[in-house]
Amino acid sequence: MKRALIAPLFLAGMATLAIAAPAAAETVAIVNARIETASAAGIIPSGTIVLKDGRIAAVGAGVTAPAGARVIDAQGGVVTPGLIAPSSNLTVSEVEAVPSTRDDRSGKLSAGFDISYGVNPASPMIPLARQTGLTRVVATPLLSRGGAGGHKDDGGAEDFAGGGGGEEGDPAMFAGQAAIVSLAAGDQDPVVRARVAVTLDLGEAGARNAGGSRGAALVLVRAAFQDARALARNRNAYERGESREFGLSRIDLEALIPVVEGRTPLLVRVHRASDILQVLRLAREEKVRVILEGAEEGWLVAGEIAAAGVGVILDSQADLPDSFESLGARLDNAARLRAAGVTVAIMGSRDVNNLRQQRFNAGLAVANGLPRDQAMATITSDVARIWGMTGVGSLTVGQEADVVLWTGDPLETSSWPQAVFIGGVEQPQSTRAFELRDRYLKPAASGYPPAYQ
Amino acid sequence: MTSRLRAALAATATAALLAACATTGSAAPDRPAAGTGPAKPVPAGLDPAARPDPFPSTYAPFPAGPMAIRGATVLTATGQQIENGVVVFSGGRIVAVGGPDTAIPQGTTVIDGTGKWVTPGIIDAHSHLGVYPSPGVASRSDGNEAIDPVTANVWAEHSVWPQDPGFNRARAGGVTTLQILPGSANLFGGRSVTLRNVPSVTMQGMKFPGAPYGLKMACGENPKRVYGGKSRSPSTAMGNVAGYRRAWIDAAEYGRKWDDYRAKVSRGEKADPPKRDLGLDTLVGVLRGEILVQNHCYRADEMAVMIDVAREFGYRITMFHHASEAYKVGPLLAKEGICFATWADWQGFKMESYDGIEANAAIAYRAGACTVIHSDDPTITQRLNQEAAIAMAAGNRIGLKITDAEAIAWITLNPARAIGIDGQTGSLVAGKRADVVLWSADPFSIYAQADKVFIDGALVYDRRDPRYQPRSDFELGQPGEGAFHP
Repeated sequence: MKRALIAPLFLAGMATLAIAAPAAAETVAIVNARIETASAAGIIPSGTIVLKDGRIAAVGAGVTAPAGARVIDAQGGVVTPGLIAPSSNLTVSEVEAVPSTRDDRSGKLSAGFDISYGVNPASPMIPLARQTGLTRVVATPLLSRGGAGGHKDDGGAEDFAGGGGGEEGDPAMFAGQAAIVSLAAGDQDPVVRARVAVTLDLGEAGARNAGGSRGAALVLVRAAFQDARALARNRNAYERGESREFGLSRIDLEALIPVVEGRTPLLVRVHRASDILQVLRLAREEKVRVILEGAEEGWLVAGEIAAAGVGVILDSQADLPDSFESLGARLDNAARLRAAGVTVAIMGSRDVNNLRQQRFNAGLAVANGLPRDQAMATITSDVARIWGMTGVGSLTVGQEADVVLWTGDPLETSSWPQAVFIGGVEQPQSTRAFELRDRYLKPAASGYPPAYQ
Repeated sequence: MTSRLRAALAATATAALLAACATTGSAAPDRPAAGTGPAKPVPAGLDPAARPDPFPSTYAPFPAGPMAIRGATVLTATGQQIENGVVVFSGGRIVAVGGPDTAIPQGTTVIDGTGKWVTPGIIDAHSHLGVYPSPGVASRSDGNEAIDPVTANVWAEHSVWPQDPGFNRARAGGVTTLQILPGSANLFGGRSVTLRNVPSVTMQGMKFPGAPYGLKMACGENPKRVYGGKSRSPSTAMGNVAGYRRAWIDAAEYGRKWDDYRAKVSRGEKADPPKRDLGLDTLVGVLRGEILVQNHCYRADEMAVMIDVAREFGYRITMFHHASEAYKVGPLLAKEGICFATWADWQGFKMESYDGIEANAAIAYRAGACTVIHSDDPTITQRLNQEAAIAMAAGNRIGLKITDAEAIAWITLNPARAIGIDGQTGSLVAGKRADVVLWSADPFSIYAQADKVFIDGALVYDRRDPRYQPRSDFELGQPGEGAFHP
């Protein structure tokens, strides 16, 4: 994929660095598997999938393993596409409460912040994420003081760590640019695509950043779009110092130019039905493409979202009126949106510490009305569709071989990934958490402390 | 049905009357009646022993006739899984639990449980519902009295907002009992309260009758961050421990003063009562074994230090909460008889949870420790069954062979034990309160839903019957009207 962009000489240098990298893609046939293709082909109750040269070479009930292929007997296990986290801080954040390990916040910049520069392929959270079936992630930024997960007792939630208001000097509105990142082991340059969206918090968070109300937030956003257009129209005037005064810096406006030109989407975090409608209107009037994240009250305006052709990233656990902008939160939001024709991506926790939740959230959506045969798409192919990724997300011939073999139903609590392939390469199973687990599983017989194990 | 409710109400009224008598002093056993000794009676409110239960429960079970569930798979939480089982309850109590031949008395309403599962009501031993309610606005953020590291004087029940919509969500997830705790900003956060998860206009209407109080203590990063940030002690881990020890010294001294006073009074000597101190009352309650220590503590080494602090001052720790590193000290917890409560795998969000692993509960459980899965969260509390399932699967992945029949105790009997109500609820045993959940499927499945929830034998929630889907006052007239599932 993006490796092709790297000069061969540099690539050779990288290979020696990446000693831990697994072997190159081999030809693998997984037989006797229930195959959830997450495509129009649906679920194949028993079949074979062939991975060759890093891509899916064949998939189906009547497929036979090619000669020379390594054959894995799934024994009735389930094969799915690799899961894609639609909005997360994985690869750009380590410990939520340790700011020096976090590169998911915009800092001094607004739209100009580029999250891709902080991606750390050595994060010990990445192997753990693969053990939840994830093979790709969209790393999305937060406002500097944005509310990220957290719970009541711990982790710097609003209990005593101070309110969620914008810090003084927090740049207005936009949190910065997102990136698509591969979770392949040993990949020293895992950013598949940088600057895939500019993120924007509206609703209460946006209002807070604009000094306290929605009316200010949306006016500022529209003004920023106008400024970006003005800059694009006449850079020379700006360079000569002959432009009118802009609300955002040149760096931030440059990042907004592809948005106002409709080339890059705006990821908008929004919750209340009326705010969602405002975003749809903004998109219509400003001719920008939008993706919604959150959308707890999306079901109230499902028809409007569907008519606008806007994709929604949501957390299917959200059923609490935990703010005045999510009073209508319901467990069947995903099912209702999907039934209305909206493309839905289900997210787990945004934070790396609870990534496993994504597949369980798809299961929860099923328990609350989402047809089971549509569930896999919400965590794979429809995530790819919303983010405009091509060549991944479903088990279709020619797609990249990002494939997971599960011990059972991938949405169930009792199953886990038996094998994870990215680009046809089987990923190592080891994680820091597994090493800790194995160290303490049995008391050492040697009389020495666990550190010697 | 109606007569039973009346009887229950009458019993409550009698209890209230007795409590009222106690305030006059005549019912206090360790104090001479007015006029019989030289010491004047201590005025109301100044003697901690006069009214140990000043905010008494007014909870009364809802009306319910005799009921039986037949044909379901029953997890008793005592290690049994009964196929095609029968659970009979009547008068608010479990009457019989057994196989298909279990007798069902005439006049019993029978629910067909074919294809379904039955468990005891889920107990969340770590909740902040009511004290950190939804919506989470600053004016309802009542869980941490973060102005002093020692606030053993505050009681979580005085922060509980009974209209928190989160109670309804938790009930739809099968939660019948909750321990509501103060937060962890302080070394001593205050008293917990145990609630029946029933809709009520008042907090007292939810209080679990006779449940002991807990004392929230906190190890680690939170207190030192909060007070270190204010340039006060504690600002370090050693400051934390010095803070605990100083408070226990104060408590021992305070307890001694009251003991001396009572001894003098009983000898007929003249004596002035010590000034009552609400915080030290609570700590003395711990030293006397009447109040259970609920200790927020993540790290293995810190748990070991807290065990030594407890030994130094002669009290017991009932449960470590969060306990992300329980797997490193499973045998120690087992030996000390201390429960631990944790999530399946919530970890890495701060340094003291950095070593949290999915197999934490399973490894410490197999080492013999009393294992509890808790929520500390209004979302997780709705699915503690699945939280336990994930923890169980992590153990089974490494061959620990944990069964449904065992793991159900992590969210029922074990939390009941850890909050001191296991004699009353937590397992399906004849004579216990009929806190029962009927699940649509194996409760450890991601697809399982609580179909019906019973508290003291009364139907308090029914997934298919809107008459049994109570809504908070707050949610009336709002988008969604308090309905949250199909």
